[in-house]
Amino acid sequence: MDAMARPKRKPVRMRGRSYVAFVFCPAVPILGWLEEIDTTLRQSPGFFVGKPVVLDLSAVDLSCNAIAQLIASLEQRNIRILGIEGVDAARLDPSMPPLLTGGRNCMLSSSEPKKRESRSKPSSLLLDGQVRSGQSIVFPEGDVTVVGSVSSGAEIVAGGSIHIYGTLRGRAMAGINGNPAARIYCQKIEAELLAIDGYYRTAEEIDARLCDRPTQVWLEGDIVHITPLN
Amino acid sequence: MAKVLVVTSGKGGVGKTTSTAALGATLAQMGEKVVVVDFDVGLRNLDLILGAERRVVFDFINVVQGVANLSQALIRDKRLENLWLLPASQTRDKDALTEEGVSKIVAELRTKFDWIICDSPAGIERGATLAMRYADEAVIVTNPEVSSVRDSDRIIGMLDSKTVKAEQGEQVQKHLLVTRFDTARAARGEMLSIDDVLEILATPLLGIIPESQDVLRASNVGSPVTLNDARSAPARAYIDAARRLMGETVPMMVPVARKGLMDRLLGRRAA
Repeated sequence: MDAMARPKRKPVRMRGRSYVAFVFCPAVPILGWLEEIDTTLRQSPGFFVGKPVVLDLSAVDLSCNAIAQLIASLEQRNIRILGIEGVDAARLDPSMPPLLTGGRNCMLSSSEPKKRESRSKPSSLLLDGQVRSGQSIVFPEGDVTVVGSVSSGAEIVAGGSIHIYGTLRGRAMAGINGNPAARIYCQKIEAELLAIDGYYRTAEEIDARLCDRPTQVWLEGDIVHITPLN
Repeated sequence: MAKVLVVTSGKGGVGKTTSTAALGATLAQMGEKVVVVDFDVGLRNLDLILGAERRVVFDFINVVQGVANLSQALIRDKRLENLWLLPASQTRDKDALTEEGVSKIVAELRTKFDWIICDSPAGIERGATLAMRYADEAVIVTNPEVSSVRDSDRIIGMLDSKTVKAEQGEQVQKHLLVTRFDTARAARGEMLSIDDVLEILATPLLGIIPESQDVLRASNVGSPVTLNDARSAPARAYIDAARRLMGETVPMMVPVARKGLMDRLLGRRAA
């Protein structure tokens, strides 16, 4: 019996990854183009350090020698070429960077962090005045506050809680995005429908003794509680 | 400076046309140059209330379509030289009204009159939205009952969002006119009280018009109630309302039931 097990060959694991590379398009005269590069470098010396750079030679017709010279003069400026495109493979010698194909253009975005945008989005909505019959206020992003009454036939739909500093005569639906902690507050309750996180109570199920006083509506388990606020 | 005033309600049968005629006639009597415009295409009534139904030749739609010019379609009242009527078409439907057409006519009327009073059709469709579209002020006619109040609330919401003024970020000045106020039923608590109506609608009160046979009597003879019998209760209420529209301060009286001597002796309630 052969006790020796053959060592299993481990497959080489390879992953794809994409990077954004700067593409240089040299133009004739090459010396003039190099001066432009120098000007850029003088303004911001470390601009190309550590960035992959690809040389696109489709705009010029250079011999193998001339290409080698160009690469050398870029290297003198601390710019290392990752690959070359837009030229016949026969003009490149093996010591040069490889020929690349299939590049796609993309926008070069500045790397500054975008903090402002996320902060400007409001998480509450304030309505100054009556909400009239037939109006529907839908605000899934957060709380809704109404300084006034909500008429019969109007509805307020909020992702968070609903605060009404008048009489609630219409429909109020809080916590619509699955937020059972949302609540409904109003100065007076004559609501047609109250709902929190999908659990609802209709006008018939609201205790008449609660009318005419400040009220809180909240959810416990799957029971909608309607209680006076004081 | 011409003012465009829309008389609107949402609900039908609450007294828009009666109120348009009464307010228009009173303002004209006060020396203002007034045109009342019927927007109820297909169901016009304002010509009847003003007693001008036999003199209609051209109408609003004819002017919109260029068949007639405005001066041919305007009908001057026989009793008040300051009062004019622009009748609606009875044979068309409301789709014949276009926004450009209404805009053009309202702009032309603004150059000729002090008050352009638009009698809106019931509902919230095209006719009603076009009647309020160019309004500077609005009279919302409401009966003291829940369905009428809710419909008025809907209309107030539209006045705050669908009018040219609202779209420019301004406000249409709104006035609430409570009509068909039945003093006896109010005393028995069978109607919404004025306070209830005001609390729900949160709109300044222009006047309270009592329910009265005088209104029907006046419309039967084709006369605005204020012209037919200026001393009747509804006429006095409309005259006060028109004075408030002109910016006067007139104390508001909630009508109360007057019991006759016999009723009192017999302990009867006024019906």
